[in-house]
This record gives sequence, C-alpha cells and structure tokens, in this order.
Amino acid sequence: MNPPLIEIRDLTVLRGGRSALNIPYLALREGSILSVIGPNGAGKSTLLLAIMRLIKPSSGEIRFRGQALPAAGLHRYRRRIGLVLQDPLLFTSTVRANVAAGLAIRGESREKTDRAVQRAMELLGISHLAERRASTLSGGEAQRVSIARAIAPRPELLLMDEPFSSLDAPSRNALIEDLERIARVEGISLIFATHDREEAIRLSDEILVLNNGRIAQRGTPHEVTRYPADEFVAGFMGTDTILTGTVTASSGGIMTVSVNGNAVEAVGEAPPGAAATLCVHPDSITLTPAPSATSARNVFSGRISKVVPLGLVRKIYLDCGFTLVASVTNRSCEELGITEGMEIAAAFKATAVHVIKITRQAD
Amino acid sequence: MNFVLDGIIEAFRLLATGDHEVARITLLSLKISGTATLISTVIGVTSGTAVALTRFPGRRIVMALINTGMGLPPVVVGLFVTILIWRSGPLGSFGLLYTPAAMVIAQTCIALPIITGITVAAIQRLPDKLAIQILALGATRRQMVWLLMKEARLPLLTAIMAGFGGVISEIGASMMVGGNIKGYTRVLTTATVMETGKGNFALAIALSIILLILAFAVNYLLTIIQQRGSK
Repeated sequence: MNPPLIEIRDLTVLRGGRSALNIPYLALREGSILSVIGPNGAGKSTLLLAIMRLIKPSSGEIRFRGQALPAAGLHRYRRRIGLVLQDPLLFTSTVRANVAAGLAIRGESREKTDRAVQRAMELLGISHLAERRASTLSGGEAQRVSIARAIAPRPELLLMDEPFSSLDAPSRNALIEDLERIARVEGISLIFATHDREEAIRLSDEILVLNNGRIAQRGTPHEVTRYPADEFVAGFMGTDTILTGTVTASSGGIMTVSVNGNAVEAVGEAPPGAAATLCVHPDSITLTPAPSATSARNVFSGRISKVVPLGLVRKIYLDCGFTLVASVTNRSCEELGITEGMEIAAAFKATAVHVIKITRQAD
Repeated sequence: MNFVLDGIIEAFRLLATGDHEVARITLLSLKISGTATLISTVIGVTSGTAVALTRFPGRRIVMALINTGMGLPPVVVGLFVTILIWRSGPLGSFGLLYTPAAMVIAQTCIALPIITGITVAAIQRLPDKLAIQILALGATRRQMVWLLMKEARLPLLTAIMAGFGGVISEIGASMMVGGNIKGYTRVLTTATVMETGKGNFALAIALSIILLILAFAVNYLLTIIQQRGSK
C-alpha cells in the first residue's frame, strides 16, 4: 500500500512561547482535496507554511510520500509542492514570465518551460493575457496568474492559503469553479485554507476544522456540517441552534431532553439526569403556519424574533422557549408571509438532532 | 552680466571644439565618480540587502549609522580620508595622497551610505510575504535574494543615481585628498572652484555647464532604464 502523500505526526509550532499549532496526526492521500477551515488565528496558514517548511516546527515530523524531510536542501522538497497565497504577489513582469517563474528557478529548458506555461495558462483561461504586465491585471486575473504559476511546474501537492478572500463575489465564484475542474481533471492533491465554509464544502473531499491551533474535527463536508464534534465546530459550520438540557427519559434509541422545560427528542441513549448538548442544522427545521400532522417528533410553536437575509435564503430566529434558527428560501418566506413578531410552528425530526455531548451529572 | 553669456558661449565653444584640457577633466571626473559609484553599488546593494533581510543584534544602530552616513558632509569625509592616507597616517605607506585613487576612496565613502540606505528602504518596501512566495517557488536562498533585488530594481536604480549625483557634484573631499593637480587629479568641480577664484568666470561657467550636462546625461540614461522597467 502506498504511503500517504503527506503525513504529519505530533507537529507543534510555538510562537512567542505559546502553541500556535498542535497536530497529533494528519495524513492526506494522493488526489484528495482537504480544506482547512477556522477563524483568524486558528493556525491555518501556520499549518501550510510548516508543511512547506517555510517555518520550522518546534517538534514533530512531516513525511512526504513516506520519506522524512531532508535537513538540508529544502528547496528540492519545496519544488515538489506549489503554494498560492491570499495576495497573488506577482513579479513586475509579464504574465508569461510570472507563470514561468517556478520553472525558471528550477532551470528547466526553454522548450519544457514554454509547454508548461502554455498549458497552465490554458487551464486558468489566461492565455490572452500572456504579454500583459502583471501590474495591469484585475484582482481575479492576478490570482489566476498566481495559481497558474504554482501549477505550471506540476507540483505533487498544491497548498492554497485563502486564495479567494480578497476577490469580489463573481471573480471568486468563477475561480472556484475553474479550480474545482482543474483539481478533478488534473488529479491535483490540494490543501486549501479558508475561513469560508461555503468554499470548503464546495471544494473538498474532507474538511479539517482548526481552533486555536488544534484539530477540532476532521470529516467529510456532510459529517462536519451535520455531526459537529463540539459547539465551536457547530457554530463555525453554520449550525446556530445549540441547545443544552437534561435527559429526562431514554428508551428504544430515543432520548428526551428537557430544554428550558421543553421536551426535545433526539436519537441516542443516555441515563436520565445526564446533561446533554444538542444541535440542529438550520436546513433540518421546517416552518409551517401552525402545528400540523407531521412525522417529526419535535414540533414547537413560537414567535419569530429576527429575520436575517442571506442572499437566496433567510435565517429565521424563532423564540419557542429556546432559540431555534431555521434556514428558509426567500420563496418559502414569501409564501409563508414571514415577518418578525409572527407566530409560527417549527418541526424537526429526532434524527435531525445531533447529540454533541452527554455529561453524566455527579450524584 | 556679459560674462554669464560669455560663459555659456565659451562652454559650447569648448564642447564643440573638443578642448583637450576640458575633455581630460571631464573624462577624469567620469572615471573617478563612475568608479566610486560602481564600487559603492556593489558593496552598498549587497550590504543593504543583507541588512534589510536579516535580523541581528545592533541592527537599529547599523541602520542609524547608515542613515547618518547618507548626509555625511564631503569635507568631513575628505578630512578623515586625508588623515588615513597622510604620509604618517595608518595607510600612509601606500602613497595615495593626491592621487585619483584617493579621490575614488573619498567618493566611495560618500556614495556608499547613500546607496546602502536607499537599498535597505527599497528591499524593506517589498511585500512582506514576497520572500516566502519566492522560496515556495523552489528558490534557493541565493535565488530568493537575487529575485528580491530584481523586484526592487527601480528604487535600486534611484539609489545608484543618488550616489552618482552625490559624488559627481562634491568638491570638498576631492579637493582635500586629490589636491586639484592639473592633468592628474583635476576634476570638473575642483577646476570650477579654481577658475572662479581666479576670476575666470567664463571658463568656470563653461565647466559648470559641462558638469550639469554630464549629471543630466547619466541620470537621463538611468531614468530611461528605470521607466522602461516600471511599465
């Protein structure tokens, strides 16, 4: 069996005496896309720079294709990897010269460089910009050149550090679409740092959630979104409904949790009296004008306290003795006539309730 | 005020006729200031880049010394170089006093801090993460430094222009260490002072105009290169 493309063990990076990164184990198999997501200061950039050995870890080991990194001649290791930063950082020359930079540094032949540059520019749709000066490019074009420069030498692994965060929405969407296509077609292994969960969900095979330099969770986009490991992951991945209560009953694989006096049913077993932390994804909550016949075990009436428009959907905050947050399309909102202060019913299945944590109460 | 007009006419006559003495003074000025600028460029760009890219104890003091050196009065430089190469001085045995070599040393002392200081500023003004991006492209440390210098080439040209401008126009140091010896260490600035002292304003104006044309020509050439690089 082939070793992972990259394998990290007990990696720590200290900054100013405090731990900026602490990764017990992380491996990436060839051809997969891993998003590293987390708030500012979570350690995303530090992880990428440590993998690239542009910062020296305080301890731990990084293996590339099963081989430990060399102590000297790190440039030879770095030549197997590409890095795209948030700022394109192009050289003050033409687009063609920029895309060729990595190959020129490697001392590749003119013929090989021309071929690789042409291919990279075609993949990124920037062939028509080849002779333009980098300083005349728009933000989106410049980032395309930066990506083309990184992939032109055909790296075995591509690292991207929030490459779209400074772009406007149309440029970002177009570039994400192209990157998705290029990664799949070319079979590029990619580690992609972002603080945007939509980008991460859209692009990745797996998501690694970092918080304060530590892994909060690793899983598929579905796992991380629907079954967050803790309150931080739940909140960061868009689940605003986080409930805490006490288990009052448990039988047949269903437990009842009292949340502010309201009985919430969830799939799971826990002894009565245990403290439970639950979450419900906003897409799993259905709003109806009044409680109606439904197979959902959890049905609550409440008053809409806040409506937050988010493009194609709106977030509806419902006060029903505890706060439920549902995500509803604009069209459904209009059909239901949703306004703040309105009385409405919310329903969700017991299977939609994810039990984050059960803590046995001390006797 | 006729002597001003006479001076201008005389300048163009001297230029047009290719006056032997003026040509020799002009060439020597170019040779001495050009050599000093070249030496200062090699040392200044290298050391300025090193100061900009590395962190070491006492770096702030070094930066303050470089910045102070950028405004070093030429007469002070002339005095110290004279003391150094005076017959009984530490380098007296080399017999450098009143030679073109002494003038190159003095002018290098003037141009070096200017070029070093502007180089430090030029490299520091590059984006913080550019060095990281270059290393990430697979560059060795040497390649990274070279590419950073290439990226800062426009302000580095400004540094060279400032260095050359500083030495081609200085008088104090050249007079003190060169002695203004006819046919040997006489340059445009020292000759201009001498002719002015003799009341020979026409020739002094002529030499000044040549000095201005020379400074303009060199800077114009460097500006063309600079502007071509900025497009």
